[in-house]
Amino acid sequence: MISVGLTHILILSTCLFFIGMYGFFTRRNLITLLMSVELMLNSVNINFAAFNKYLFPEKLDGIFFNVFIITIAAAEAAVAIAIIINLYRSHNSIDVEDAGEMKY
Amino acid sequence: MNLLFLLIVPFLTALGVLAAKGLKQVRTVSFIGAALQLLLAFYLLVQYQQIHVEGDGMLMYFEQSFAWFPSLGISFHIGVDGISIAMILLTSLVVVAGILVSYGMEHLHKEFFFLLILLSLGAYGFFIALDIFTLFFFLEVAVIPKFLLIGIWGSGNKEKSAMKLALMLMGGSALIFVGLIGTYYYSNPGGARTFSLMELANGGIPLQAQLIFFPFLFAGFGVFTALFPFHTWVPDGHSSAPTAASMFLAGISMKLGGYGCLRVATFLMPVAAEQYAWIIILLATIAIIYGAFATLMQTDLKYINAYSSISHCGFVLLGIGMLNKVAITGAVMQMVSHGLMTALFFAAIGMMYSRTHTRLLAQLGGLLKVMPFISSIFIIAGLCSLGLPGFSGFVSEMTVFVGAWQNPDFWYRLATILSCASIVVTAVYILRAAGKSVMGPIVNQDHLKLSDALWNEKVAAVVLLSAIVIIGVAPFVLTDLLSPGTDVLMAKLLK
Amino acid sequence: MSDITQILLIIGLPFIAFLLLGIFGNSSTLLKNSAGIIGTSLMAISCFFAIQIASGYFLSPSHASGEAFSPSIVFKYVWLNFGSGKSIDIGAFVDPISAMMLVVVTFISLMVHIFSLGYMKGEERFATYYAFLGLFTFSMLGLVISANIFQIYIFWELVGVSSFLLIGYYFQKPSAVAASKKAFIVTRFADLGFLIGILTLGFYSETFDFQELIARLSNHQTPQFLAIASASFLGLSALTWGLVLVFIGGAGKSAMFPLHIWLPDAMEGPTPVSALIHAATMVVAGVFLVARLFPIFALSDQAALNIVAYIGIISALFAAIIACTQTDIKRVLAFSTMSQIGYMMFALGVSGYGGEEGAGFSASMFHLFTHAFFKSLLFLGAGSIIHMVHSNEMGDMGGLRKYMPITHIAFLIACLAISGIPPFAGFFSKEAILHAAHQSHPGIYYLGLFTSMLTAFYMFRLYFSIFWSKESKDHSHHSEGTWSMKIPLIILSIASILVGFVPFSSYVSSDGLGLESHLDWMFSIAPVSLAFLGIGFAAYLYLKENDKPESIANSLGSIFTWVKHKFYIDELYLFITKKVIFNLFGKPAAWIDKNIIDGFYALSADITTAVSFSIRGIQSGKVQGYALYFFGGILGLAILFIYIMN
Repeated sequence: MISVGLTHILILSTCLFFIGMYGFFTRRNLITLLMSVELMLNSVNINFAAFNKYLFPEKLDGIFFNVFIITIAAAEAAVAIAIIINLYRSHNSIDVEDAGEMKY
Repeated sequence: MNLLFLLIVPFLTALGVLAAKGLKQVRTVSFIGAALQLLLAFYLLVQYQQIHVEGDGMLMYFEQSFAWFPSLGISFHIGVDGISIAMILLTSLVVVAGILVSYGMEHLHKEFFFLLILLSLGAYGFFIALDIFTLFFFLEVAVIPKFLLIGIWGSGNKEKSAMKLALMLMGGSALIFVGLIGTYYYSNPGGARTFSLMELANGGIPLQAQLIFFPFLFAGFGVFTALFPFHTWVPDGHSSAPTAASMFLAGISMKLGGYGCLRVATFLMPVAAEQYAWIIILLATIAIIYGAFATLMQTDLKYINAYSSISHCGFVLLGIGMLNKVAITGAVMQMVSHGLMTALFFAAIGMMYSRTHTRLLAQLGGLLKVMPFISSIFIIAGLCSLGLPGFSGFVSEMTVFVGAWQNPDFWYRLATILSCASIVVTAVYILRAAGKSVMGPIVNQDHLKLSDALWNEKVAAVVLLSAIVIIGVAPFVLTDLLSPGTDVLMAKLLK
Repeated sequence: MSDITQILLIIGLPFIAFLLLGIFGNSSTLLKNSAGIIGTSLMAISCFFAIQIASGYFLSPSHASGEAFSPSIVFKYVWLNFGSGKSIDIGAFVDPISAMMLVVVTFISLMVHIFSLGYMKGEERFATYYAFLGLFTFSMLGLVISANIFQIYIFWELVGVSSFLLIGYYFQKPSAVAASKKAFIVTRFADLGFLIGILTLGFYSETFDFQELIARLSNHQTPQFLAIASASFLGLSALTWGLVLVFIGGAGKSAMFPLHIWLPDAMEGPTPVSALIHAATMVVAGVFLVARLFPIFALSDQAALNIVAYIGIISALFAAIIACTQTDIKRVLAFSTMSQIGYMMFALGVSGYGGEEGAGFSASMFHLFTHAFFKSLLFLGAGSIIHMVHSNEMGDMGGLRKYMPITHIAFLIACLAISGIPPFAGFFSKEAILHAAHQSHPGIYYLGLFTSMLTAFYMFRLYFSIFWSKESKDHSHHSEGTWSMKIPLIILSIASILVGFVPFSSYVSSDGLGLESHLDWMFSIAPVSLAFLGIGFAAYLYLKENDKPESIANSLGSIFTWVKHKFYIDELYLFITKKVIFNLFGKPAAWIDKNIIDGFYALSADITTAVSFSIRGIQSGKVQGYALYFFGGILGLAILFIYIMN
């Protein structure tokens, strides 16, 4: 039986990251976009945890960053959803293409 | 005297203006603040004359220094000599007059007076700063209010003028900043870098650096004082600005540039100044002649005065470019004189405009009959502008001419003769303006109903006029004040 | 009372009148009503002290014992110090010519003040008028006692501006405004020469003080003289340039050809003003200036002195010719003034320095002295006539001798005086001038002689057309004017008869040593008989109404038209200023400023706008687009760091 090594975890996180990225580029729904961003953040989170465990098991820096990112992700979700709700109120839609006032 | 008062009083006045309610309170607070400034400025003069002893070797008086950003060698270093005191007096006089003529400002009065006071704060800070970074800081403080004053309270094409003025002055600031940074990096070779004016002057700046950075500093400050060809903000800016802002602009702001050219550029980089003197003189002569001729064709009173300011400020630069004591003294006198005189001129034009609602020569005429006081002030300001003895314009121009003539070089002589010739053109355009606007038959019968100056306008005019006459009748008062400062400059130049 | 106090009172009292009446005159009715009395009495005190100073100076015991008149500096304060010996000083310098001028200026000014009491009565700006008169008198007095060449320039400008203010007194009349502008600008143009002359002389002589300046530049051994004589520009020495430039200033103020064009127009001012400023005092300032610097002219630079002489005689002749054709009574007088000042100028020009050689100098000053009296008399007489007739045109007058007997007699005396008929004042001074010219410059002498005949002709043309000829209108209901107008006429008439007998040259001479005045009766035959010829011709043409003048004018054809239009010099100036200056300099300057220089900044603004407009598409507003740039950037950086930097 092959033990799960760093490589496996990195492959997982890379997949997760690109799934998030794909979602971010292809979707138009803001909530989906937000979810894609969360996916990317989490892939990075996995990386931090993995590197911490395999490369510097005696340190806790990676774990700290995990906590940090989770906090940021929570804050970000709160802000983003607030923006999305406001957008929905003003535009009656949560499609990114519809909110184009800030271009030139 | 503690020079910080010069900053604290306007600061408190600005706060007071924000707290005051209604036009009456706002203008009273502003006036009290400005009057206090004037008293402080005079007190400073008296104090200076008490402690100043001829030849005591003191460069600056009432010095104070606070560390501001020590790791970069920036400190809040202030102090004055005779030249700065003359400038501070000029500023305080113009501020008092400017606030008095704005007594009827109804629209957004609180903001208006606040910005005026803020502008004066910047000017005071600039004139007392002995650290070139602090100096630059205050220069910027004095620029921003102008943009708003013109953009909000102006007339005519005000947005465009405000934008043009702010952009050109910012461009000038950018040039100055490059010069400052260059000066800073090449200051005090081998030791700690510094922004301190005195240390920079003592340490000396390597010749190569001087040659590179002098043009930046001089042209940068030159933008402020209408150096040809960076003068085009002057006509548009002045003519769109409200009366008090025009007075501040011409009376104070343009002097920031002249003072900077002298105190920073020439003082710190005397060798480069000598090298580039011919360019300065060339540009100054062009500005003098060209400004005068361009004035001839103007039909708007404010444009006339704005273009004549270009011509008159040319004398300041001419005096600086000649690099001898008499000419430089003349240049500083011309700054003071021009500041007072143009402020008076703009005040008179503003008073006419607020009554007749026009500044076009063709629509004015015969105002001497309906508003004798304002018209007399207009004529007197005009006579001062054309250099009539008894007014400050004469002594300052003559001092520049006598100083300029000391250089026997043919081209310098030619420049001087051409500059002298401008006094004839000045007479033509001043008399043309006076003849068409205040003399002659009354063009518009509605003007017959207009009233003469109110008390606040009279006081404003008399304040400025008395300063003009005092300098004109007793110029030795001013030259004695300036002499030690120019001596220090000359010592640097001759080294 | 000390000299300082007296001098200060002389020049200070008119100034006090100016301040008092100028600032408060219009706001207080009391002052407004009594403005004339205040101004006149202050002037009277000033005049009294001036006479006292002058008599004290001329009749001093030291002179009686044969010593030369030495200039004395009553006081001198440094006003503006330029360092290295150069400074503008304000001082009082009393020498024969300034003592003489003090009397002339204060006396004529007093007469004009008195005359104006009646003439200007009821004017709205009565107090302002007296204020301006006070300002003028102050400035003129300051000018004549100047101790420093810059001081004279200061007061020079001040008399210019008071002249401007007084010409433009009727400021609602466009012609008056135009005339005042013209007077100021033309003299200002000349002052430019003066200023550069001062700078040149001051630079080389290293002083602005008159005494030192004269001492250094008239002595050929001083280093300053050597410096100024050796420095040359365009083939002339700096000394010649300096003196000629200073003379240009004098020529402008004294209305010498070709800078005379402002003087006839200046007659737009109130007539008493013309009498004071444009006849007796200010216009002779140029002569005074040359006289002040005379030792330098005469001892060091003959070329400059010759220019003075030729300009003088040209102006004298030129103005006399024009005066014969003018119909406006004040313009005739204006041209006659110009002509007489031409006399004074060429008298200086033909003079040498010291002793008999210097007779021209004394003669010039003598003529200045006598001319002040009879010319102001003529102008005041003209004022009295204009006051009654309400017109300046000769055509509206005629036959006035019955209605205004005092004016008639006064005018006749003045005409006789200016024509050089003995024993009136003008005779003596004109004789002296012609005598001086006869010896050194015969050409100028003959022209001067011819001019003096013309003078007699045009003056009597004026006299006969006004007082004789036929009555054009009924004037019987008019009166001659108040006593305040008649008294000055009477006093000045007496003066015009008597002042010729003053032994002038023994008091005023080029070197301060008196000169024995002598009258050569044989020499006088020619000028006097020519003057009578001129008078006779004028009587023949104008005594009775006839068509002879017109037929002569017609026979002269275009020449007459040219002269009548003052040789079209005004038009030439108008062309130069309006067309050349405005179109060739003013317009291009304004155009360049608006289009090229401002255009450059506008262009840079436009370019900035265009560039940002073209790249704004990047700011698409699509979040995913931005994210693409973001990831692309990261990818780029990753490649950079991983593959290239290593």
